[in-house]
Amino acid sequence: MAAFAFYLFAGLLLTSGLMVITARNPVHSVLWLILAFFNAAGLFILLGAEFLAMLLIIVYVGAVAVLFLFVVMMLDIDFKALQRGALKNLPLGLAVSGVILAEVLLVASGWTAGQGVIVHEALAGPPAGMTNTQWIGSQLYTRYFFVFSMSGLILLAAMVGAIVLTHRRRVGNKRQDIGVQVARTPAGTLGVGKAPVGQGVEL
Amino acid sequence: MIGLTHYLAVSAALFVLGVFGIFLNRRNIIIILMSLELILLSVNINLVAFSAYLHQVHGQIFAMFVLTVAAGEAAVGLAILVIYFRNRGTVAVDQADLMKG
Repeated sequence: MAAFAFYLFAGLLLTSGLMVITARNPVHSVLWLILAFFNAAGLFILLGAEFLAMLLIIVYVGAVAVLFLFVVMMLDIDFKALQRGALKNLPLGLAVSGVILAEVLLVASGWTAGQGVIVHEALAGPPAGMTNTQWIGSQLYTRYFFVFSMSGLILLAAMVGAIVLTHRRRVGNKRQDIGVQVARTPAGTLGVGKAPVGQGVEL
Repeated sequence: MIGLTHYLAVSAALFVLGVFGIFLNRRNIIIILMSLELILLSVNINLVAFSAYLHQVHGQIFAMFVLTVAAGEAAVGLAILVIYFRNRGTVAVDQADLMKG
């Protein structure tokens, strides 16, 4: 049963990964990407990493994929023009990815676990009396606390960067400028003039 | 019996798919960013698989950090894409030579 689930999730993951890069319509690409994330979450559940599986769905599907969808749909992009000459890159792409695959397989076939590292045959859950989430938290907030804080800083920097990059001040709409308001003095704005009778004034 | 190597094979295949996607869609930066997400996902699968079969939790924690970086990278990348599109009216990155670097 577990083997069946593994092959189902893995097959769907690779199929949807292939569709992401080959789909003609980028909106379809994003939807295939969402399917790929769901299947990866399924693999994580098979591995006993329930918390990460849910995190993957929340962060990737809920935030990243929706962000992609927004950008693809908001910008009026001529995707037909972008696809022109795509097949020109096919031989180079096949060559480079073939080399990478061969290298990975070469490394994987000759790999043995380092000294003192035991690769178990069977899966084991978290220590007794703990859930997967508690297990992660017990390490994340103690041993990895510094790295955890730094990842928060990374997110802050990414947020500031994204806002600074995309924020634009529209010209022509009236905004309150408090500095200018406070700096106003009567000398700069008020004038007393004499209006001769019957002639009016020119301002 | 599904072992560590099965997961590593899936992860390697997904990684190669991501690299291939970058080459196949060299002009379309949106698909390139999605390919990067696929690559980071394959790294995550690798980390979680090792974490599960070594009976240790550290791999899952590092997968969380990879997730963090992936989210930040997607946000900044898409922001750059949006301002690039505003300036040029296209997202074809093979002509991205505004800075004449």
